[in-house]
Amino acid sequence: MSNTPERSESAAETHSADLEQGFLAKIESETKIEPKDWMPDAYRKTLIRQIAQHAHSEVVGMQPEGNWITRAPTLHRKIGLLAKVQDECGHGLYLYSAAETLGTSREELVTALHEGRMKYSSIFNYPTLTWADIGAIGWLVDGAAIVNQISLCRTSYGPYARAMVRICKEESFHQRQGYGIMVTLAKGTADQRAMAQDALNRWWWPSLMMFGPHDSDSAHTQSSTTWKIKRQSNDELRQRFVDITVPQADYLGLKLPDPDLRWNADRSHYDFGEIDWDEFWRVVKGGGPCHLQRMATRKAAHENGRWVREAAAVYAHKQRTDQQVA
Amino acid sequence: MTNAPDQWPLWEVFVRTKRGLNHQHTGSLYAADAKMALENARDLYTRRQEGVSIWAVPATEITASSPEDEGPFFEPAEDKVYRHPTFYPVPDGVENL
Repeated sequence: MSNTPERSESAAETHSADLEQGFLAKIESETKIEPKDWMPDAYRKTLIRQIAQHAHSEVVGMQPEGNWITRAPTLHRKIGLLAKVQDECGHGLYLYSAAETLGTSREELVTALHEGRMKYSSIFNYPTLTWADIGAIGWLVDGAAIVNQISLCRTSYGPYARAMVRICKEESFHQRQGYGIMVTLAKGTADQRAMAQDALNRWWWPSLMMFGPHDSDSAHTQSSTTWKIKRQSNDELRQRFVDITVPQADYLGLKLPDPDLRWNADRSHYDFGEIDWDEFWRVVKGGGPCHLQRMATRKAAHENGRWVREAAAVYAHKQRTDQQVA
Repeated sequence: MTNAPDQWPLWEVFVRTKRGLNHQHTGSLYAADAKMALENARDLYTRRQEGVSIWAVPATEITASSPEDEGPFFEPAEDKVYRHPTFYPVPDGVENL
């Protein structure tokens, strides 16, 4: 029973096939994959990318909303918005934490973002031009995120699923806060109503784009579905968002900027118009109006905070050393 | 392991949500020292009064069983049904056993 190279190689192949079988059996039986479990390289890599980009989105997303903290019309609105932006930071941190369990570090992920090797959600590349945009974002952008995140609560990777559950609990205040702003404006003066309608006109289609390309054009969908990372398709989730949101717009007395939008009794869903896919891809590839500004702000925040991080690390080291000497 | 001068160590956070319950693992965060780790954990994981007590542990101090060994490591308990009360018959009419 000699240990020839061929013999070791074939034993290794069998072992590898066994590991893959074990992994697929867990997926099949809805058993969560946890850190340190064996997993295909491609599963690990795609999750690091997806979770980290989700995290980057939360952190970059603080910018368009942070823009209006100093100009919120009342103290009530200001504290609500402050709490929401604080939450978004927290969401980013839960997600970085989940991504790091897969064998990467915060430093790697932040560097990948700053060097353009990782993306964040394109929705945050649009400007917040008026106070009504803050209402529209909370209602539509957080609303779309909620639809997506509820589905992801059943994703196969344990830490990601748990982060989604935690985030979903906090996200619904975000949507109510935004919708509350829209109600005040829509039921207010003619100027306020016009401002609300204008914000809706600008944020509606980008919110639909948050769900990604059509299923047929989505490169990653097959493996994500087989591995139960993704539990429902882009188009399914987008349809759900539209069905939920149209009655909410009706209550506001605001018009959705889609002439093709109508209830389809046969399907029991709303039919809606086609997304401008040229615009979608242009923005995904970095052409969004605020992309350069978002990245510059993000990098500056990181660089400008470096002295604080260094000082804290030096201080901590000094405290430990002083204690040892004493 | 040398870190860049602005790198902080990783901490794992455990939160007791209310008295009477155990601390549960909640997530991780970076902090320069123990005091900062507790404060960061409070700000990150208990914004909605989800905790009455926090433990922060440097991630390097945690010893964990390995998932690969899950089967063999826990195997001794698998066939010891006599550890469960249901293994022991209780005669009819006898109460409080």
